[in-house]
Amino acid sequence: MTIYLDHAATTPLASEAWAVMRAHLAPGAEHANAASDHAPGARAAEAVAAARAQVAALIGARPDEIVFTSGATEADNLALKGSLDYLGGGHVVTTRIEHKAVLDVAQHLETLGTPVTRVAPGADGRVTAEAVAAAMRPDTALVSVMWVNNETGAVNPVPEIARLCAERAVRFHTDAAQAAGRVPIDVGAVPVSLLSLSAHKCYGPQGIGALYVRRRPRARVTPQQHGGGHEQGMRSGTLPTHQIAGFGAAAALAAARVDADAAHARALADRLRAGLAPLPGLLVNGDPAVCVPHIVNIGFDRVHGEALRAATAELAVASGSACSAAAAESSYVLRALGRDDRQAGAALRISTGRDTTLAQIDRAVAVIGEAVTRLRAIAA
Amino acid sequence: MPVYFDHNATTPLHPEALEAMQPHLTRPFGNPASVHRFGRAAHAAVQRARDEVAALLGCRATEVVFTSGGTESDNLAVKGVAAAQPGRAVLYGATEHPAVLEAAEALRATGTPVEVIPVGTDGHPDWQWLEARLVHGDVALVCLMAANNETGVVQDIARAARLAHAHDALLHVDAVQAAGKMPLDFAGVDIDLLAVSAHKLFGPRGVGALIVRAGVTVQPLHHGGGHEDNLRSGTLNAPGIVGFGAACRLAQQGMAERDAHCRALRDRLEAGLGAMDNVTIFAREQERLANTCQFALHGFDGEAMVMAFDREGFAVSSGSACHSEHGAPSHVLMGMGIEHDLAKAAVRVSVGPDNTEADIDNLLAALSRIRETPMAAVAAV
Repeated sequence: MTIYLDHAATTPLASEAWAVMRAHLAPGAEHANAASDHAPGARAAEAVAAARAQVAALIGARPDEIVFTSGATEADNLALKGSLDYLGGGHVVTTRIEHKAVLDVAQHLETLGTPVTRVAPGADGRVTAEAVAAAMRPDTALVSVMWVNNETGAVNPVPEIARLCAERAVRFHTDAAQAAGRVPIDVGAVPVSLLSLSAHKCYGPQGIGALYVRRRPRARVTPQQHGGGHEQGMRSGTLPTHQIAGFGAAAALAAARVDADAAHARALADRLRAGLAPLPGLLVNGDPAVCVPHIVNIGFDRVHGEALRAATAELAVASGSACSAAAAESSYVLRALGRDDRQAGAALRISTGRDTTLAQIDRAVAVIGEAVTRLRAIAA
Repeated sequence: MPVYFDHNATTPLHPEALEAMQPHLTRPFGNPASVHRFGRAAHAAVQRARDEVAALLGCRATEVVFTSGGTESDNLAVKGVAAAQPGRAVLYGATEHPAVLEAAEALRATGTPVEVIPVGTDGHPDWQWLEARLVHGDVALVCLMAANNETGVVQDIARAARLAHAHDALLHVDAVQAAGKMPLDFAGVDIDLLAVSAHKLFGPRGVGALIVRAGVTVQPLHHGGGHEDNLRSGTLNAPGIVGFGAACRLAQQGMAERDAHCRALRDRLEAGLGAMDNVTIFAREQERLANTCQFALHGFDGEAMVMAFDREGFAVSSGSACHSEHGAPSHVLMGMGIEHDLAKAAVRVSVGPDNTEADIDNLLAALSRIRETPMAAVAAV
C-alpha cells in the first residue's frame, strides 16, 4: 500500500467538507445559480455568503474582502496582473523561491516590459525583510512574497515585510496557499494588501480558491476574467456553490484545528528527522527552525535522484512542486538555496497531513534508509 | 420546492455524474500533476474525461483544454487570440453571452479593434455585413454562439466558419448552451475554438473547457506551471473534470430522447401562450434549442414577472443570470432590434428532463393569475 506523504501537492477532502458539498450535489438537492433572481437562486447565494464568511474568518478578513477564484493560481494571476493593470505598471519585487503561479506571471509581465527583481533566499530557505527592502525602488508598485514555501516549508517573515511595504505605501501580495490552516493568519494584524488561498491545500476541494482584497486601504485590482461582473466585478463567472461551500467548511475546520494540526505535524516531523538523522550523506533542505513542520525536504549526497525515487516508490512523495513535475528539471527553489544541480535533483519532499500516522513515518524512514544505503553502496 | 424552469442558468447534477465524482472526493486522491501512484490515478481519470468531452463535441482529446467554466473558456478564446494576433480585429455578434461580449470589450483598452456584428430580429447575424467586414483581411477572430442562451436561436455556425476561413479569420463558438442539447461537430464544421460548460449539461459547476483546434495559436490567461499544454496553468480540478466527462457521456446517450421531451413541453407552453392576447414569443419561427422559450407579456416588467412566478412556485428567468446591470433590458433582445419596453418584459422559460406536462399547465395557470394582477402591483415589487 502506497503511503501518501504529498499533502503539499494536494490534501484529501475533509469528510466535513464532503458532507456539505454532497448536500448541494445529491439528487433532489437545490441546485440553482447563485446569480438567479428566484428564491432557489437566493438560497444558493446565501450558501455562498455563509462560506465566504468562513473563508474570511480563517484569515481575519471581512467577507466582502474575499473574491472566489478557481484556485490559487488564478488568485496569484489576478493579484499580480490585476494590480499592475490597475496601477498602470511599475517595478515588481518578488523572490526566487515563489511558486510558479507567481514566478511565471512575473516572467510574463517582464516580457511585456515590467521590471522585476527577484530576491534570493538565505541558506535557511527564508527571504529576509532586509533583502526585500534593498530590492525596492522608488517606482516599486508591488511586492509579492509567499508566506510558506511549498518545497522546503520555510516560513517567510511576512508580517515584517508587510509592515515594511505598508510604511512605504507599496502594495504587498502574499501567496498563502501553503500557509492557510498551517500557521495562524490575521490580516487584521498583518497589513497585506492581497493574499491568495487554495482550498485543496487545506482539505477542501480542488478547483476553488480565493484572493483576499483589502478594503482599507483599498487594494483595487483590474479584473482579468470578464462576463457578468460577479464578485464585485473583480472575477466574472458562475460561482460553483458546492465548491465554495466545501471550501468554507474546510476553512472553518482549518481555523479550529490549526494548533492541533501543527502539533501533530511537529510530532511527525520530529520522528521523521530523528529517524533520518543517522543516514549517511543526509542533506536537510531548509532550516527546520524556520520551516512549517508538515513539510520536510531532504536529499542525499552521492545518490542519484531518479534512482532514489524509484527505490522509494512505496512512498507517494514529491521531488519538488507538483506544478513543475511535468518539466523534468531539478528544483529551482533548492538551487536558489545553494544546492547544486545534482543535490537539488536528489531531493524528496515529504509532506504530512492530519491522517498521517507515526507508523507510516516509521515505514517511510525504513524505506528511505534502505534505499539510501543500497544506492550509496552502488555508487561507492 | 419550486418547479425549476431555469435550466439555461444551471442544471442539477446528473446522479451518475455524482457517482463518478464521488470516489475522487471521498478517497485519498492525488494532484494529477504528481508523478506518484495517486497522481497517476488522478491523471488517468482526467484523460478518460478528456476522451468523453471530445466524443460529445467531435474533437480530438488533445484539443480539450480544461478551464473553470464557460466564462473562462470564452475569455481565453477571445483574449488569447487577440494577444496572439496583436492589432488584428475581433468581431462578435450583438447577441453573444456577456462572457464573450465583455471579454471583447475589455480588449479595446489594449488597442485591439473590436466591432459588433449586427443581428436581425430573427436572431441571426447580418451575413452581408460580416462578409463585407471580413474582406478587409484584418480580422483575427469572429465570435458567434451556437445557440443563444435567452432566445435559444441556433445560428449557422458552418456558414460562419466558411466565411471566416475564406478571409483568414478564426471562428470562436460559444457552445455553452448548445452542448448536450444538440449535436455538435467541431472537426466536421471546421470550428477553431469552442467553449463549453459542465453545469449547463448536468455536470458540476466550476469546470468547463475550451476546445482549441490543433495548430491554432492562443496566448494563455493564467500562468504558473504550464498545465494543459501551457494553455491553462493551475492544478486540474480532477473530481470536477471527472463529473464533466460523465455528464458529456450521458448527454450524448440521452440527447434525442431529452430533445423530444423538452420540445413537446416547450411546444405545449407556446401553444398556451399563443392562445393568450398580448403575448410575444421571441424568434418563434426560427430554429431554436428545444428547451427554450422567451416571451413577453405586453406592458409587464420581466423582473417583476420573475418574482411573481417565484411567489407562485416557479423558478424562471428574465434572461441571463450573468447580467451585470439589473433593471436594464436584455442586451440580446435589444441587439435583435426589439423595442425597449417589449425587451424589458421578457421572461425565459428553459425546461429540463424532470419537468412534466402538468408543470407546464400549472405554469400557464399561474401566468393567467399573474396577468390578472393589476400591472402596478407586478411592476412595483
